[in-house]
Amino acid sequence: MNATLQLRALRAGYGRAPDIIAGLDAGPLAPGSLTALLGPNGSGKSTLLKAMAGLVPPRGGAVLLGDQDLTVLDAGARSQRLVYLPQGLPADVHLRVIESVLAAARAHPPAEGPPALTAITALLERLGIAHLALRFLDELSGGQKQLVGLAQALIRRPRVLLLDEPLSALDPNYQFHVMTLLRQETREHGLITVAALHDLNAALQHADHAWMIRAGALHASGAPEAVITAPGLADVYGIAARVERCSSGRPHVLVDGLSTGLH
Amino acid sequence: MPVPPARADEPTAADPTAAAYRGLAGRRRLHALVLLAVALACLAADILLGPSGLTLSDLFTALLSPDAADASTRVIVWDIRLPQAAMAALVGAALGLAGAEMQTILNNPLASPYTLGVSSAAALGASLAIVLQTGVPGLPLDWLVPVNAFVFAALCGLLLDAVARRRDIGTAAIVLFGVALVFSFNALTSLIQFVASAQALQNLVFWTLGSMTRANWGTVALMAVALAAALPFALSQAWRLTALRLGEERAASFGVDVRRVRLGAIARVSVLSGLAVAFVGTIGFIGLVAPHIARRLFGEDHRYFLPGSALTGALILSAASLLSKNLLDGVIVPVGILTALVGVPFFMAVLLRRQASL
Repeated sequence: MNATLQLRALRAGYGRAPDIIAGLDAGPLAPGSLTALLGPNGSGKSTLLKAMAGLVPPRGGAVLLGDQDLTVLDAGARSQRLVYLPQGLPADVHLRVIESVLAAARAHPPAEGPPALTAITALLERLGIAHLALRFLDELSGGQKQLVGLAQALIRRPRVLLLDEPLSALDPNYQFHVMTLLRQETREHGLITVAALHDLNAALQHADHAWMIRAGALHASGAPEAVITAPGLADVYGIAARVERCSSGRPHVLVDGLSTGLH
Repeated sequence: MPVPPARADEPTAADPTAAAYRGLAGRRRLHALVLLAVALACLAADILLGPSGLTLSDLFTALLSPDAADASTRVIVWDIRLPQAAMAALVGAALGLAGAEMQTILNNPLASPYTLGVSSAAALGASLAIVLQTGVPGLPLDWLVPVNAFVFAALCGLLLDAVARRRDIGTAAIVLFGVALVFSFNALTSLIQFVASAQALQNLVFWTLGSMTRANWGTVALMAVALAAALPFALSQAWRLTALRLGEERAASFGVDVRRVRLGAIARVSVLSGLAVAFVGTIGFIGLVAPHIARRLFGEDHRYFLPGSALTGALILSAASLLSKNLLDGVIVPVGILTALVGVPFFMAVLLRRQASL
């Protein structure tokens, strides 16, 4: 359970187009750590997550969980170790919350069999959505759907959890709720969690690590405060920003304008 | 929003959510039983009622002790009523199941064998087999028609799948592509009719108006075998198909081999709609309407949704067949006309309701 996650010279892209992720080395990430994947639009965050999840077949390099290269596993075996949660659900999914979590658990159940119904209800309870169990997905709010998505991922008891912009379109209450839960589950179950985030302040507040990428290459990696700096933000996002501590002592990003640097 | 502390698994008695879910599963089985009862009642009525003016006692005599009934009654009951009624129920179930699977794998509420061209493709294949009288060497003509219908249906299914798999293709684009396929296959079928001999033409016209009048025990048996193979195969994929409703990437990340699940579904859709077209012609909208009704009744847990769609399809086509014989005195309206009359407004309603998200 102490295996770390490491990317070695990972390359990925779509079709015959040039590499979007071009030889990226990163990690190791320890179990129980929450990493914020930062970078501007089009920098390759989604592609990197999908390449790690095997949804975009990597063109080279390795995604190492301990000694195991996840890129050489078939989709079924990989799904026992790693879960990727994309941004949204299709419209009009007339499934009840508990059924969607059951389907996630049983779509490719682990060798020891799928989890019991009580394990699912206990998880919904833990995430604070037990009262939604019998509601249909197409009648939930965006924030509620995000929590259900988290339940679908966690019921598979992965060791690596990848999330593509889990906070997009959530109100501040749900943003805080989702990040708190992510952190709690990551700690308690020794997950290696990587979440692509646009909200730099959420990354500063909740993440243990940060990877900042630009044009498919790792620009900086380390503690969020060491990665999210004024020069770094100018380089990668093209913004003139300050990182200042608020009255309760936590760092915050304040954007003053666009820097001269090209985005 | 308070976050309750983690709890260990508890026995079900203290787990109201699990108990509520089990109650729901019980209610669904009850719904399924009621639906089955109504479908069987419809099937029975379809057998009993018809233009021949037989009395119920004549019918029961012919059914229960065929030797005691007079020859014409026996022929009506055993060679016309029973196979036609059975065929209506079986084809309805096949089209309902095929439509449900298409709507899931294409992620499209307007998908069905009829609306996206699979039925038209099958009709083209069947027409080609009849006019050319050639095809796979060694196959008798009786087999050639359904086999050709299946092959063309499968090609159309693969084409739709290839289009649907392109990145960022919208729901509306798939429907438009399917409509284009319908037009193309219909035009080719018309071309074949144009060059066909007078005798072949008579056979061909049958395909443009779906009807049960050509059902016989041989085709009924084949349809039953196909359905008996396809339904358990589909049910074995129920969890994967349910996961697919959560989005292709999400399902893949949960360990679903999306490509394989879709190809399996296309194979089932092609067999079911290919045979249906080969035996009774093109019958529209069952595959569109039945899944929508089943979705309202059972939700999209495919363990219930797939059999529910099949059962609803059987019920609708049985009812349509019953109506087609008894609506006008002495005239059997082709059942395809009836299903279209009901189905077209339904199609428009789905389209308008979904307009915002299409």
